[in-house]
Amino acid sequence: MAEYSKKMVKVPTYSYLREQDADKLPVLDVRNLGIDFGGLTAVDSFNMTIGPTEISGLIGPNGAGKTTIFNLLTSVYQPTRGSILLRGIDTKGMSTHKVTRMGIARTFQNIRLFTDMTAMDNVKVGMHKDIKCSFLSSLLRLPSYYKAEKAADKKAMELLEFMGLADVADVKAGSLPYGVQRRLEIARALATNPSVLLLDEPAAGMNPSETAELTEQIRRIRDTFQIAIILIEHDMNLVMNVCEGIVVVNYGKIIAKGTPEQIKDDPAVIEAYLGKKEDGAAC
Amino acid sequence: MKKNIHSMNNPIRSLWNNKTRRTTFSTYAVVIVAFVIMQLLDSAGMLSYAMRGQLIPICVYIVLAISLNLVVGISGELSLGHAGFMGVGAFVGAVTSTALQGLIPDATLRLVFSMVLGGIFAAIMGLIIGIPVLRLRGDYLAIVTLAFGEIIRNIANNLYVGMDEKGLHFAFLSEEGLHMSDAGKLVMAGPRGTVNITPIATFLTGFILILITLFIVLNLVNSKEGRAIKAIRDNRIAAESVGINVMSFKLKAFVISAILAGMAGALYGLSMSNVTSVKFSFTTSIDILVFVVLGGMGNILGSVIAATILTLLPELMRPLADYRMIMYAIVLIVVMLFTWSPKLKGAIEVVTGNLKEWLGKLTNKKEVGTNG
Repeated sequence: MAEYSKKMVKVPTYSYLREQDADKLPVLDVRNLGIDFGGLTAVDSFNMTIGPTEISGLIGPNGAGKTTIFNLLTSVYQPTRGSILLRGIDTKGMSTHKVTRMGIARTFQNIRLFTDMTAMDNVKVGMHKDIKCSFLSSLLRLPSYYKAEKAADKKAMELLEFMGLADVADVKAGSLPYGVQRRLEIARALATNPSVLLLDEPAAGMNPSETAELTEQIRRIRDTFQIAIILIEHDMNLVMNVCEGIVVVNYGKIIAKGTPEQIKDDPAVIEAYLGKKEDGAAC
Repeated sequence: MKKNIHSMNNPIRSLWNNKTRRTTFSTYAVVIVAFVIMQLLDSAGMLSYAMRGQLIPICVYIVLAISLNLVVGISGELSLGHAGFMGVGAFVGAVTSTALQGLIPDATLRLVFSMVLGGIFAAIMGLIIGIPVLRLRGDYLAIVTLAFGEIIRNIANNLYVGMDEKGLHFAFLSEEGLHMSDAGKLVMAGPRGTVNITPIATFLTGFILILITLFIVLNLVNSKEGRAIKAIRDNRIAAESVGINVMSFKLKAFVISAILAGMAGALYGLSMSNVTSVKFSFTTSIDILVFVVLGGMGNILGSVIAATILTLLPELMRPLADYRMIMYAIVLIVVMLFTWSPKLKGAIEVVTGNLKEWLGKLTNKKEVGTNG
């Protein structure tokens, strides 16, 4: 596995990019993004630039608008202001499935698997667009159907093996344990062949050893598939360990950006998480 | 077990494949065997007149149940107007068959042509309903299909169609509006339904239609399109998030279901000399839905069996006279309890589990026997 330098370079739109990504087209360039729900501004003037192989963290207190940002990136919501450029292409007005086809895959905070289908089938649903076989040839069971299915089986199994799920391939997703379901969701997202992977609280509900394993897995995903990963997470150990750049949001606005070291000592971040010092009521 | 996993990927997968294949195989086998038995009984003259009359309707209801299962069980949308599609097929089929009587003298060919046309018209109806309604989230399809069924029934109830040497004539509300020549004859006579129809449907065509339906639906379910449709049913948001166009796949399932229902309807309409629009009312839609629910959501073989038994049941219980509908209801309740109640389900699982264990022991013994 290739070694990456941790050195970061300053770029105009976002504080830092990893050194080796600095001269490349950012995979995701979010400019001045904002959304209002009625009179409430959930996200405002959100800027973010993600390099092609960066692991980035999106953190902030509960209700800060992190998941809303993910929903904006995947076109579940259409932004009120601003633009999202995915490899230079504006995703405005696109439907969720189109954005996914263009290369953004995600997992969900509250796991959303196809519970009645096997783990294998869950992954194969993720591979949908890459199974090259027309509707007619699957209806008539032409040779191209068998060829495509066989290739899909092989690739799905590889992905399951990669995520350590090979032995549950034939188990219904709904009956898998919680941590395994989270991994399966990542496998399914990877099956869509993304260039950006959004992980919404991947470590939620995991014990420390599972979290440590996940940390390793996240790095392995980036190194193997050479994709960018953005993760929302409350487990600071995981975030500080794995992320190269971090964006902190509160009340829908960015309050800090930078490397993990910079974020750790940022007074605005400490204030958002712990409250102001003057109040004397640090909770 | 765990040690073997990595080296045994292929066998595990092929076993899984075999399981699907086994279900598919048994579904075809049951249908074919049932057809052969019925055919033998019929040729031996062992079927009563009433039973013989039920053969084609059974085929029709099986196709209707399978096609509705595609929408309700596999796609997860509630449709309450399946009889509407059947009605469209029946009336289009009846008119087509009469119109083509001179052009295509061969009855079978004419039947096939009528069924195809019935399917096409039902598909158009499916598209008209599906495109706007399937965009919505929620049970809107149920309401709209319910209305659709009633609209079709009411249109048919007021529609007059005649046929003379100049071609087809259509009119609403009265026969006079047709302006036919003296040689003309009626095809549809409003509330009196279809008239002057030569019944050309046969049990064999019904059986072939079932096979075609099974072929289409089972192949669909076990393909990437089928996986996408089931994924939407299980979790719409997640399906979108993996790049599946929800609307497109729901529409595909809905329209395929409508086509099959239309073809079955055409077969039904051409199986008797007179079919009135009352047949395609809400009650029939509910009957078909009962077949699907009773046979098990998404279970194709279940739909086949439920449709067969429940179509025959009122006929078999004829000796019970007035009590037969009560018995029908009791049978429904008992079967529902057995298939849906967790307690009874658990009890059944215990029994089948014991049975499997016992069978396993039996086969093991055999293996030991052959080895030693």
